[in-house]
Amino acid sequence: MAHDTGVRDVAIAGIGATPYYKRGETAGKSITQLAGEAILAACADAGVSVKDVDGLAFYSLARAGYGEQMEAGELVETLGIRELKFSAALTGGGGGSAGAIGLARAAIVAGDASVVVTVMALQQRTRLGTVVASKAVTPVSSFVQPSGLAGPGHLMSLLTRRHMHVYGTTRDAFAEIAISTRQNAVTRPKARYREPLTREQYFSARMIADPLCLYDFCLESEGAVAIVTTSLEQARDLRQPPVPVVAAAHGGTREWGRAFSWFGMPDDETFASSGNKPIARRLYERAGITAQDIDVALIYDHFTPMVLMQLEDYGFCEKGEGGPFVLSGAIRYTPERKPGNIAVNTHGGQLSEAYVIGATHILEGVEQMRGTAVNQVAGAELALVTGGPSAIPNSGLILGRDR
Amino acid sequence: MNAPTLATALPAEAVKITTDPSTEPFWLAARERRLVAPRCADCGQFRLPPSPFCPDCQSTAVDWTELSGRATVYTFTVVHGFPGLPDITLVPAVVDLPDAPGARLVTNVVGSDPADVSIGTELTVDFHPISDGWLLPVFRVTGQPAPGPAAQEQA
Repeated sequence: MAHDTGVRDVAIAGIGATPYYKRGETAGKSITQLAGEAILAACADAGVSVKDVDGLAFYSLARAGYGEQMEAGELVETLGIRELKFSAALTGGGGGSAGAIGLARAAIVAGDASVVVTVMALQQRTRLGTVVASKAVTPVSSFVQPSGLAGPGHLMSLLTRRHMHVYGTTRDAFAEIAISTRQNAVTRPKARYREPLTREQYFSARMIADPLCLYDFCLESEGAVAIVTTSLEQARDLRQPPVPVVAAAHGGTREWGRAFSWFGMPDDETFASSGNKPIARRLYERAGITAQDIDVALIYDHFTPMVLMQLEDYGFCEKGEGGPFVLSGAIRYTPERKPGNIAVNTHGGQLSEAYVIGATHILEGVEQMRGTAVNQVAGAELALVTGGPSAIPNSGLILGRDR
Repeated sequence: MNAPTLATALPAEAVKITTDPSTEPFWLAARERRLVAPRCADCGQFRLPPSPFCPDCQSTAVDWTELSGRATVYTFTVVHGFPGLPDITLVPAVVDLPDAPGARLVTNVVGSDPADVSIGTELTVDFHPISDGWLLPVFRVTGQPAPGPAAQEQA
């Protein structure tokens, strides 16, 4: 039994998603349609009418991915939402995914809104893999774009090489993350990739931004995910068992703030990291727990090495020990939790199930806490969900079971 | 085909920059083939990219300091292909600047077999033409002669 002392004042009451598609497959639908399908599914799951939704808590500036925009007014109009009382977004990008639930909490705890939806809809009309190269240049990006670092993976390959240099991390560790995540997707009906990935396939894949190869990159998928958050009290009267928010945090320090795409982090420990350590510290303080109390970890996996660096930043192993830690088999899913191990991305993550900018991790955290996950960790009582590493804010979320 | 593919920079027409008052002196100097970095005129701290405030003391006063052009590879990646340029080989790198401690530049190592670049490799600045008449600071492995204009055109 986990004895957290977390906030537990709001809870996730409903979750919903569209099917997950490959890049280009949703071209016949609008962003509003995709987002609306997910919102309706989440409301049905919660047992609330969409007309009673009164808050929207977005992240990534309410962008649908990084190019297009989700429009609150369009959603209100077409879904028949009666009155919107809160509509806000975390700044930054995918780093805010988990933190958006904290934004929903802020609205509810402040008394501004009572049924708050977080939604992400992704279409890749702008290909995310090379989004850096496709953006209009600014005075600040003039110091990055000319180098040909075309996308987020290219940027993070720089952090990765430094981690390998300083700590002796090898590509075997990244392969283990790709392979173990794929293994979790094998049993997932909605996963885009369900065939096991072999070491041979991994090591013969083309390099995209050396040391990152094809399988170190997440999928180029499309789809939408929505989450309904209410007060814990209200959630207890709804259709699903409430999944209380134990702690939520977002932000980042100066060292990381001027780091990502500026690369000025002052020391190796910060440079070769996920920038999530300050988030981890605040989450655990708020929850009154340590990493050892977490039963399942849904780690933002846009690139395999960033999973490894988050495992370090969130305290599942010592700094620099991420390689040996994952190679010991410690992140493999087993139905019974093993001491010292932590099941990671039991849903197949963004590497193998679908990439919807972090939102699928929140869904899996909720299913694990309800006890209904496909790859359920038996008796799991605390789930960690992370957002980022990205331009700040990065974020994290600890979900629990109602007691 | 047996000769190693040398890393290059993006072709001039593929690279655009824009400037603002904080960054323009950097680019004006580069156009004169000089590498400069902003140093806080109050506390002496270097910073890159150029920004409006000193992150240490919040001063807006800047001394633009001319650097030696030496650099060291802090980290790098090897990229094969760029949107619209499937055959290009790039070595984007983050470099430390020994005479601007605390400031790093995101740049390219050019003119080398990527296999000859590693963390700690000593570099020397060169300048690569980009759009609108600007020059982009890039780096060569120290001791490697800069190619003539013909080779630069190929890049």
